[in-house]
Amino acid sequence: MTPELGEFALILAFVLSLAQAFFGLVGAGRGQLAWMSVARPAVSGQFVFVVMAFACLVYSFVNNDFSVLYVARNSNSQLPVFYKVAALWGAHEGSLLLWILILSVWSLAVAAFSRGLPITFAARVLGVMGLISAGFMLFTLWTSNPFLRLVPPAPDGADLNPVLQDFALSIHPPMLYTGYVGFSVAFAFACAAMLEGRLDQAWAKWTRPWTLFAWLFLTVGIALGSWWAYYELGWGGWWFWDPVENASFMPWLTGTALVHSLSVTEKRGIFKSWTLLLAIIAFSLSLVGTFLVRSGVLVSVHSFATDPARGLYILAFLCVVIGGSLTLYAWRAPKLYVPGGFQLWSREFFLLVNNVVLVSVAGLVLWGTLSPLVYELMNIGKISVGPPVFALMFLVPMVPLMAFLAIGMHAGWRRGTLTVSLKLLLGLLAVGVLLALLVQAGGFGALHGLGLIGLAFGFWIMLSALIEPVRRLRNRQRLSQGMLGMCIAHLGVGLFAIGASGVESYKIEKDVALKPGDHYVAAGYDFHFISSADVRGPNYDAVEATVEVTHKGRLVTVLKPQKRHFWVQQTDNSKAAISVGWMRDLFVAMGNPLGNGAWSMRVQYKPLVRYIWLGALVMALGGLIAATDRRYRLRTREAVVPADATAAAGTRLGST
Amino acid sequence: MTPRRKRLYVVLAILAGVGASVALAVVATRDNVSFYFDPTQVASGQAPVHKRFRVGGMVVKGSVTRKPGDLEVHFVLTDFAHEVPVAYSGVLPDLFREGQGIIAKGTMHGGTFVADEVLAKHDEKYMPPEVAASLKRKGEAPAAPSAAPGPAPGSPRS
Repeated sequence: MTPELGEFALILAFVLSLAQAFFGLVGAGRGQLAWMSVARPAVSGQFVFVVMAFACLVYSFVNNDFSVLYVARNSNSQLPVFYKVAALWGAHEGSLLLWILILSVWSLAVAAFSRGLPITFAARVLGVMGLISAGFMLFTLWTSNPFLRLVPPAPDGADLNPVLQDFALSIHPPMLYTGYVGFSVAFAFACAAMLEGRLDQAWAKWTRPWTLFAWLFLTVGIALGSWWAYYELGWGGWWFWDPVENASFMPWLTGTALVHSLSVTEKRGIFKSWTLLLAIIAFSLSLVGTFLVRSGVLVSVHSFATDPARGLYILAFLCVVIGGSLTLYAWRAPKLYVPGGFQLWSREFFLLVNNVVLVSVAGLVLWGTLSPLVYELMNIGKISVGPPVFALMFLVPMVPLMAFLAIGMHAGWRRGTLTVSLKLLLGLLAVGVLLALLVQAGGFGALHGLGLIGLAFGFWIMLSALIEPVRRLRNRQRLSQGMLGMCIAHLGVGLFAIGASGVESYKIEKDVALKPGDHYVAAGYDFHFISSADVRGPNYDAVEATVEVTHKGRLVTVLKPQKRHFWVQQTDNSKAAISVGWMRDLFVAMGNPLGNGAWSMRVQYKPLVRYIWLGALVMALGGLIAATDRRYRLRTREAVVPADATAAAGTRLGST
Repeated sequence: MTPRRKRLYVVLAILAGVGASVALAVVATRDNVSFYFDPTQVASGQAPVHKRFRVGGMVVKGSVTRKPGDLEVHFVLTDFAHEVPVAYSGVLPDLFREGQGIIAKGTMHGGTFVADEVLAKHDEKYMPPEVAASLKRKGEAPAAPSAAPGPAPGSPRS
């Protein structure tokens, strides 16, 4: 009964989203106030029914209803309750439902906080979001229904993949999706502006906080995924450049560009059409990411063939959204052009460089991700594009961008003058180089050119980001939240650069064969394999090794990695043991028994690796601070005084 | 700067960015992508001699051998038409086992493929698509990954 109820609720939500789209868009087009005022209640109704549908599926998971095909495939009665809920978004169908839920939350937020916007504009924003909602719901109901029954019911479920039974990974998809879906708001704002044929600085002011929120969720989501891969997959890597990661990284890159170009549009009223284009691209890449990853097309073009309905729907939907918005763009964007100059080496110039580089990198990552498909379709052969390709394509544009960032933060708007002396910036660069050499001398082994550059630039960016806050503090001046957020986010960029350069340049990764009593020395750390023993977990057996690590004769830590064997799926999973530190991580993962009590083990020394995720979190914090700036909160109250007096006359849209 | 000049600069900057990106993409992809070959192609000498490539197939049952206590492992990959002996020194992935489809990355040394990387995917029902395709051509059709009946736990990163 419950799954049928869920399906019915989803159908109702679909109908309401159609109403939201139709009355919002057509009502605004015809200037029908009564029609437009339907959009907001439709959003609320849609939200209620989507929550109901979601709750029904959660109920089926928690109550082990294995007569539901999706539950039988992805859950098991032995699974802890927390993972039963998380198993909901462990596969394609459920993650689509999660997408829909998050979109309806964003829609509700937009409906609630858009009362200060011009009526037709708000109606159009909600209308566009309704269209996206409807598209996703139709896709789910038609091709990926999670409520389908299994006849006869399975006695027990197939269980959630052991590597997914993890806290960080359970909250990783919701975070990531909140980011992806959040870009739909910027997209809807862009479409609404194009439909209105009006785009002023106020528009950028409305759009920017929404974009920042989406961006910060995406940042945290990606960082969580990277952290999980590091400790869970047993390889000790933090980024693999695999299609799934790239799919989340491309929207992040374009979203970052969008956040920056929006600030130009907000402050100076220029870059308008570019900003619109970025909003379209960021959301389109989010869509491509969601669809292509989950449907398996990126693994092989042939997976299109296994489910033609799904593949065709995806293609059609992408064509409608991307093609439609780009057509609208081609038609309307030229009208939005405003002349406005800026000089070389001005803030606008630096932000332009930022945008060109970030979008180029996104394009390169897209090429790297899709090229196996292109090669296969052109019959050149089956290729795989490995990390070295991506690393090269990423680093060549990004390293110079770091220098641009350190300087550009202090460039004045419009005129090409720095607000701080060039001497100070170069001095800080010298300090950065010094710090990098110091870190290098701190015992990370061989000199590494690229590592040194990365470290030096990382420190330089951090120091440069501190100039303005320190100066204001010293002069007892107020620092606006927007400014503070910008500085903190860039501090995060510096931290990330230091972490990534540190670990990639000075890491030691070694697969070794050890029997009890053996030693292996890496970077001065002595790994001593003492013994192994059998242990038992809630749903697995394991062999646990005890490895003592000493440094210069002093005991540092005792690591206990496990090799687990899960009962239900009969799969093995290596649980790495990690000693966490500010300067380095020590990592041991068990491989396979080699006979005679010996084991193959993966022993790793990872300097500065923590700053990768810390940097990402600091970036997100910066975004949060900037997004909640007073100027964004004030405008809601200011704008309540109707901007467009003729349209208002006490009839604000859907006032409840 | 006049608007016209500015627009010119913007266009030039974008063109420079695009041009540099394309050049970079070509340079980066030219030498570093690795091609896939199945054991039959390797046996017939189609695989490159001094270049890294990938070979995939089923691990032949009973073929996995190693000296006790030694890291180096030997096994045989098959596409049910031809076989390729593989040598690998390192930690095998959790899902590596006999009768499972895997992909190895490395170079040919004499008649042996010396792998520096061995990949097996998370799901035991999962067959790397290249392997599935080449096995299918040899008439020994295994279930395709997404058509696999029963449990197909999705993983957000395969």
